[in-house]
Amino acid sequence: MRAAIVERPIDTGALLAEVAGHAFGASALFVGTVREVNEGRAVTGIEYSSYSAMAEKEMARIVAEAAERFGVTAIAIEHRVGALALGDASVAIAASHAHRAPALDAMRYCIEELKKRVPVWKRELYTDGTREWIDPTAQHAAAGAAGTTPDSAQGGNAHA
Amino acid sequence: MTVVTRVLLFASYADALGASEIDVALPEHATVGDLLQAVRGMAAAHALPAAPFIAVNQEYASAGVVLRAGDEVAIIPPVAGG
Repeated sequence: MRAAIVERPIDTGALLAEVAGHAFGASALFVGTVREVNEGRAVTGIEYSSYSAMAEKEMARIVAEAAERFGVTAIAIEHRVGALALGDASVAIAASHAHRAPALDAMRYCIEELKKRVPVWKRELYTDGTREWIDPTAQHAAAGAAGTTPDSAQGGNAHA
Repeated sequence: MTVVTRVLLFASYADALGASEIDVALPEHATVGDLLQAVRGMAAAHALPAAPFIAVNQEYASAGVVLRAGDEVAIIPPVAGG
């Protein structure tokens, strides 16, 4: 199991190879890429930044939770930071298991939790030259009292 | 006696406060909630939401957590990875 913030392109083939093994009949791979339009605005690229030390720990916690929930121990996650162009992979998650259902479930769990909890931020660059930090919670921003955590604010389904 | 805690800022919060870290003076045994209140009293803090997420030693912390000298504290903007 490995979870890392990287500053170079993600090699998805290498990530899959990392979790492969003769004991496994199924490997699942999720790749998140930079999209050309967000909420109607034309995007030319995205700058990702992170609180890297915490991000790696939070991703490792998520991987450990996936192992416990789904019995999947062969998981590798990389999140890239820096200036990314359209089509570049920003995140990749590979998970292998003897059978497909746990591999797919573990992969899905990891990306959903990553998006809720891992301290990574993105600033989109638009064709008109402007740039903006993305806040996925902007539509329901009033939720939560001081010092809540992403888990408690979102129902606490993530971990003990 | 007061304890000076260094607080890390990121992304939109670092832009809003014009710094990637700030020093906050707090009484001994202050909590995460006390720290938030102190930060909210600082100039430019109006750009922060009422209840931002806080991490202590690289883990999310609730308002009641007591801070100790040397803790690594960070104010975490809404995350947007993936």
